[in-house]
Amino acid sequence: MVKLDSGDTAWMLISAAIVLFMTPGLAFFYGGMVRAKNVLGMIMQNFFAIGIVTLVWSLLGFSLAFGSGNGFWGGFHFAALQHLNEGNTTIPYVVFVAFQMMFAIITPALITGAVADRMKFSAFAIFITLWSLFVYSPIAHWVWATNGWLFKRGAMDFAGGTVVHANAGIAAIVLALVLGKRVGWPSGDFRPHNVPFVLLGTGILWVGWFGFNAGSALAANTLAGFALLNTQIATGVAILGWLAVEKLRDGKATTLGAASGAVAGLVAITPACGFVSPMGSIAVGGIAGVVCALATSIKGKVGIDDSLDVGAVHLVGGVLGALLTGLFATVDTNSAGHDGVFYGGPWSVFGEQALAVGATLGYSAVVTLIIALAIKYTIGLRMTDEDQVTGMDEALHGETAYRYTSIGGGGGSLTSSVTPVKVPEEAQA
Amino acid sequence: MTKLVTAVIKPFKVDDVKTALEKLGVHGLTVSEVQGFGRQKGHTEVYRGAEYKVDFVPKIKIEVVVSDEAADELVAAITAAAQTGKIGDGKVWVVPVESVIRVRTGERGDDAI
Repeated sequence: MVKLDSGDTAWMLISAAIVLFMTPGLAFFYGGMVRAKNVLGMIMQNFFAIGIVTLVWSLLGFSLAFGSGNGFWGGFHFAALQHLNEGNTTIPYVVFVAFQMMFAIITPALITGAVADRMKFSAFAIFITLWSLFVYSPIAHWVWATNGWLFKRGAMDFAGGTVVHANAGIAAIVLALVLGKRVGWPSGDFRPHNVPFVLLGTGILWVGWFGFNAGSALAANTLAGFALLNTQIATGVAILGWLAVEKLRDGKATTLGAASGAVAGLVAITPACGFVSPMGSIAVGGIAGVVCALATSIKGKVGIDDSLDVGAVHLVGGVLGALLTGLFATVDTNSAGHDGVFYGGPWSVFGEQALAVGATLGYSAVVTLIIALAIKYTIGLRMTDEDQVTGMDEALHGETAYRYTSIGGGGGSLTSSVTPVKVPEEAQA
Repeated sequence: MTKLVTAVIKPFKVDDVKTALEKLGVHGLTVSEVQGFGRQKGHTEVYRGAEYKVDFVPKIKIEVVVSDEAADELVAAITAAAQTGKIGDGKVWVVPVESVIRVRTGERGDDAI
């Protein structure tokens, strides 16, 4: 049995904590981009994701993802977090469980950006529960579990380009399609209500991403150092790439563009960070910044209200990162990886990356579609048009995000007089 | 008799107008942030390639209640202080006021100004 290493364990504890912080960061990244009347609704979906996935992961999700099972799922061996003493490496297995839990939380949370402003809270709660169990856990097993079928074929995905970003990205597009457009889109005023929030969220995401990527080395070692350095380089360069597109296409470089470029770079380097060289990271980040910026125009052409560009950033960025890993990977960075095509590797290395992407996209799209349609035709997915016009904060949560005036306050009372209202059948349709 | 002078001006001119009115001995005024459009065009904002035309331009509305005799001088002072000579400088208009009451004392008319 391998001896526990306190350095590795300390780094993984910190990584787990800062990866959790990414989800509140995401809440502000997305929350700033929606209209003021929906900011709490957006933040709520992200905080709810933290609550429900923590529970689901503990009871069943971890076992489905990382149990020995077979090539396609992990089975029930670790259900209710039993038998955790079996998996100790240089870090205790409980730390690995916690670290992976934070990944399981943020992945479905990424989807919230595509369906902003219009999804019923009950529908979201059920969707994210089912999606975590039936989409995230199986794909995590395929790619990361030692007996997962894609892992055994040699697919390289260091921290989740396929499992996290391509997976959540395609699911976001499918759910946005089933859900339909926001009332008034695209002709109305859908400008972000608080761009500083977007940049604040980006900063939180960026720092947390060091835990996400460098933590995926599962040790405090040289490989973690490569992952951290590559993450920084790709992200910096991606900002430049996105801003260059804006300057040439729109005339002005924007702060929203800087934030978007950073996230695009973080996404694209995620699968690659533990396999490519620092110079390869410049290429990955630069390509991601430019391509993701250009990809934001797709949704308008195909008429899908992917409200906050989850497709352009996470789907395109995640697929791009996974494929570029097949070109730029080098065993000089990671001897457990393969040389990519540009480092003398065979095209079959690229082919395995493409297969992992294709399998992820296909499975995620189909199962997401089934879950979305099942909810649509039972309890319904969409808020009424009237509720959308009112806004999620008031209609779904009975709250106001910003109170800058004392005008309009009614009388207060320390006890709630509200009794649950039975909604008439026809109003639910 | 009293008059209500209302001016809609460029936001960065509000301090100049306030100073000019203080020089005239004006004791009080009301300011609000408003939006509107006239001949001055709005602007365009682009977010991730999506273009939004922002038609309404931010302006400041100043309201002052004055005696009949003081109105012309006041309008001249506001106009001079708010002027840049470019489109979008704003408007000033004057309407008669039927009655004015000071809430603290109940005084009416010019005494309430």
